[in-house]
Amino acid sequence: MGSSILSIIYLVGSVTFILGLKMLSKPDTARKGNLVAAAGMTLAILGTIFLYKVDDVPLHNYGWIFTGLFIGGIIGVLSAKKVKMTAMPEMVSMFNGMGGACAALISIVEFNHLVASGATTGGMVAIILLSLVIGAVSCAGSIIAWGKLAGKIKDFSFNGQHILNLGVLAVIIGLFVWLVLGVGATASSLVVFYTILALALFYGILFVLPIGGADMPVVISLLNSFTGVAAACGGFLYNNPVMLTGGILVGSAGTILTILMCKAMNRSLKNVLIGSFGGSAAAAAAVGGKEQGNYKEISLNDAAVVMAYANKVIIVPGYGLAVAQAQHACHELEKQLEERGVEVKYAIHPVAGRMPGHMNVLLAEADVPYEKLLEMEDANTGFPTTDVVLVLGANDVVNPAAKNDPASPIYGMPILEIEQAKVVIVNKRSMKPGYAGIENDLFFQPKTSMLFGDAKKVLQELLAAIKEV
Amino acid sequence: MEYILSFLHQHIDLIYIVILSIFLGVEVISRVPSVLHTPLMSGANAIHGVVIIGAIIVMGKAEPDNYLALIIGFLAVILGTINVVGGFVVTDRMLEMFKGKKK
Repeated sequence: MGSSILSIIYLVGSVTFILGLKMLSKPDTARKGNLVAAAGMTLAILGTIFLYKVDDVPLHNYGWIFTGLFIGGIIGVLSAKKVKMTAMPEMVSMFNGMGGACAALISIVEFNHLVASGATTGGMVAIILLSLVIGAVSCAGSIIAWGKLAGKIKDFSFNGQHILNLGVLAVIIGLFVWLVLGVGATASSLVVFYTILALALFYGILFVLPIGGADMPVVISLLNSFTGVAAACGGFLYNNPVMLTGGILVGSAGTILTILMCKAMNRSLKNVLIGSFGGSAAAAAAVGGKEQGNYKEISLNDAAVVMAYANKVIIVPGYGLAVAQAQHACHELEKQLEERGVEVKYAIHPVAGRMPGHMNVLLAEADVPYEKLLEMEDANTGFPTTDVVLVLGANDVVNPAAKNDPASPIYGMPILEIEQAKVVIVNKRSMKPGYAGIENDLFFQPKTSMLFGDAKKVLQELLAAIKEV
Repeated sequence: MEYILSFLHQHIDLIYIVILSIFLGVEVISRVPSVLHTPLMSGANAIHGVVIIGAIIVMGKAEPDNYLALIIGFLAVILGTINVVGGFVVTDRMLEMFKGKKK
């Protein structure tokens, strides 16, 4: 009776995951989709706790299980509620790493269990190892990705790194095959097992370290699908259909999502992973040697006048806006300009910020109406008729080098062609290059003026100045 | 060889699920607007937290004197729960901000 109810619960769980993902991919239903999947997950977890049987014996250690669920739940809710919207990508990466770690930990226990029971079945060993390796790579990689996005870890690459990576991977595969086909799960193979674990963690670190920070969203998405596969291995291990469907769905959907993200940046996955940014040091040096000319600054009052008497203003938000938490100030400025009869729109580059859709989320938080957000193609047709473009902490997404300079590491990425507008005002904290680490010719063009300072402070002062005009 | 064949045979229904799920995942995701990439990734992130079920099973079948399984399983339950709960809550927070847009 219990186990037949459980199998129906798992069926319902699997269906909610499919429905949830489907609804998540449409703007109108996305939020409901998330809740549907969450409800299915809750059902599957409760069902497992109370109805799952191992050889007709129900689960025990309820005290431990509920304590674990309670602690994890509290930490999860608190960290998810407390995180700032700007730090969202890091948070997702961290959660992903924990899922990976969970899969790897399960493998450790199950392998020891196999060793103790003496039942050496190659298939099971292979699944446990697969879950271990993928989980560990995903965990270590996610932590590095988190560190990079949080600015705690710098890009790091050295000569022969790719060869070292391949070497480590080859050793992992070699040991893997040796364990599965030869030794099996015996007490002496435990050493090999832990060696594989250590190497997989090491590989996860090596894999992410050389990839540029701007590409982290793609990496996180890829690691996300890795963890999905690791979870699916658990499905094989326990003959558990809901783990299998959930895991594989995320694995395949995550892979497609990764490819879509790459497409939004007009780059191939291979290009991201092998890292053209890794070789950007040489390119940056070459660009740096070029005569850059001078940039000019504009005073707050001048900027206010130019904007107040314009017909059409387009705001280009970037990571600088996110860091300064300036989305509300930005919305105030937009309202003030609209009151004066200025048409204000936002141009959203698909990868502005640190993640695709990052800017949409931030501006939506500040109640900016959806109709004001222009996608890249619409924005680009609008720039020639625009009087003033205000760039707020965006850099690489407006760099004309992506169009003009084949030697540039971002060459080929579609950009917002703001140099088509009459006047460009760029707000940045300093002349430092953006995330891709390259100079931006745009700042040195005659129609561009710089307005230095923290985005929020500058916007507030600008707002006050416009009111006085 | 015979060994691999019998393993596949034993798990053939699971293998069917795997193959069908792969195609389903691809089908469900294609043509998603770039605005939703971040929430979708975060939602998918929460869904793979289903690995928590494995952790619960590990924990629940551990003998009371098997400290390795108890401690590691306990840790796995905590980490898995953070993944699931945090993932869904963060996704909901992101999507909450889109709510005003359809008027």
